[in-house]
Amino acid sequence: MTKSLIESFMDIRGETVSRMLEVKKKGTKVVGVYCTFCPNELIMAAGAIPVGLCGTKEDPIPAAEEVLPRNLCALIKSSYGFGATDTCPFFNFSDLIIGETTCDGKKKMFEIMQDLKPVHVMQLPHLHNEGASFELWVDELRKLKARLEKDLDVEIKDEDIWKAIDLVNQEKRALKEVSDLNKMDPPPLSGLDLLTVIWSSGFTYDRKEIVDRLNKIKDALLEEQKEKAQDASIPYKPRVLLTGCPVGIGSEKVISLVEELGANVVAMENCTGYKTLELQTDTSYEDPLMALAHKYINIPCSCMSPNPYRMELLDQMIDDFKADAVIDLTWQACHTYNIESYDVEKLVKKKGLPMLHLETDYSSSDLEGLKVRIESMLEMIEDDSNRAGHRFRCC
Amino acid sequence: MIVIGLDIGSVAAKGVLLNGDKQYKVVVPTGWSPREAGEKILEGLLEKAKCKYEQVEGIIVTGYGRVSFEKASRTVTEISCHARGVAYLYPDVRTIIDVGGQDSKVISIDEKGKVLDFSMNDKCAAGTGRFLQVTANALGIDVSEMDKNEIPSEKAAINSMCTVFAESEIIGLLAQNTSKGGIIAGLHQSVARRVTGMARRQGIKEKIAFTGGVALNKGVQRALEEELKTPVIVPEECQFTGALGAALLLSGYDLL
Repeated sequence: MTKSLIESFMDIRGETVSRMLEVKKKGTKVVGVYCTFCPNELIMAAGAIPVGLCGTKEDPIPAAEEVLPRNLCALIKSSYGFGATDTCPFFNFSDLIIGETTCDGKKKMFEIMQDLKPVHVMQLPHLHNEGASFELWVDELRKLKARLEKDLDVEIKDEDIWKAIDLVNQEKRALKEVSDLNKMDPPPLSGLDLLTVIWSSGFTYDRKEIVDRLNKIKDALLEEQKEKAQDASIPYKPRVLLTGCPVGIGSEKVISLVEELGANVVAMENCTGYKTLELQTDTSYEDPLMALAHKYINIPCSCMSPNPYRMELLDQMIDDFKADAVIDLTWQACHTYNIESYDVEKLVKKKGLPMLHLETDYSSSDLEGLKVRIESMLEMIEDDSNRAGHRFRCC
Repeated sequence: MIVIGLDIGSVAAKGVLLNGDKQYKVVVPTGWSPREAGEKILEGLLEKAKCKYEQVEGIIVTGYGRVSFEKASRTVTEISCHARGVAYLYPDVRTIIDVGGQDSKVISIDEKGKVLDFSMNDKCAAGTGRFLQVTANALGIDVSEMDKNEIPSEKAAINSMCTVFAESEIIGLLAQNTSKGGIIAGLHQSVARRVTGMARRQGIKEKIAFTGGVALNKGVQRALEEELKTPVIVPEECQFTGALGAALLLSGYDLL
């Protein structure tokens, strides 16, 4: 029952495509987004549909490399490639695309992407707690609002922003509650299932509906867990926490390897996972744009400098999800996550856990090499447990 | 109890058979079929030890070819196996630098051979046996002859980390009449620098063991000691530490 519920999330993208085809004919606008920094609430308040754009598959990368340098992160190349080859239906549907200056690669790529579609780029400050930076960010939100109003020919009303804020808050809460189920042992969701649910939710057409679907899955998993928790025959599997660069379906190779080797990815502290789920928009502000600005500036992306909240969140998640090990995934050429790995390593080692920093791309060329590393890390956990007297086999 | 450890690497396949306190070792080139190389070693070991396959308690297989050998009772990664093998031979060792045919690794261990941390380079041929193999080719000598031919006092600077570029750099150096021995010394230093960088990042604790096929090369050992500014222990049969570790894992040594 839960399996079919999870699998039904894989259909969301297809469903959204056919519904968009219909409503586009009636004049409904679609706005494509790439990143968690994009305030979807403003798009919703403009009466348009915000939708996540493709960027997690290897397929369009060779086409992207006709324009972009090879030595660029796979996520940027894939995002651009999907647009350039017109293979992402949502890119095709988009009347406007919103980008953010989360890194040098993205901001320069967005300049080139303007040739394909109208792109609005939000300039992101790097400091999250300074007056001038915050003012800049509020101003960027106002500019986005003005751009949406102009391009979509609407007026965005405060009351509609508040309604959208409420809905997005509900959605984040529902996503968090599903993710939090994996604090239990055995984890109700495998890492791949968790990814399927969260990633697919990003392609939803109807946020109210996705909240219902998430709540339904949560209830079903809780019900199923009652039996699982009693079942002593289920072997313990090492619990791995994944952090670092975003992961989606198509770029899930590290999660797949971990689970093929007999462990579970119980949580993902990345922006396609848990990173933004604790952040609720505070509705006590007078101005909804101020409320949004406060929420979004707190996202602990490695593009922020310094970025202490990521380490606090990781620290907390390692405890809450009872992680046995941490894998920090860097897509090649993502300098900020690559460098921040130094701090992640310090934190994880201080907590006495094995940590693996993997630098790779979307291709399958290094699967064997990754496998040896992951397997060795799991052997370290197994070894600890053997010496502590409780044996479990992970491979 | 008779146990066997096989380490099927990218270049050579190594096997150790343990029968009580007796050890038997066999090495063959891996060639194109890791499975056949494994079979060949198994045959060789049984012949040397004068025993039958049915008497063997178990076979642990490690190395990149570990998945292709069906007779394995278990597979374990090279990291864990090298750690066990070295800890058995040299209980004082805390850092292992292993340079093999297609990768190099640094492993930190405790006194019981437990892996505390590891790093691995297999993205690039720099700092591996492959680097030496390709560059030896450019010099027209066999890779096993490199250390005998080096002239450290005439050491040439090899700047290219990349194996392909290093090959062209060598051709350039030869054109400038740089001595072959000097170039070889430079190549040894290049490998040593690369792995030392990796080891420093992870943190080096003495004593240090240098293992893997490249440890057979005395020139790289010399260069590594120069870079690390401390002597390294090269096990007499440095190629076999992984296979030995694998065999030991089966004989119960893992539960120290």
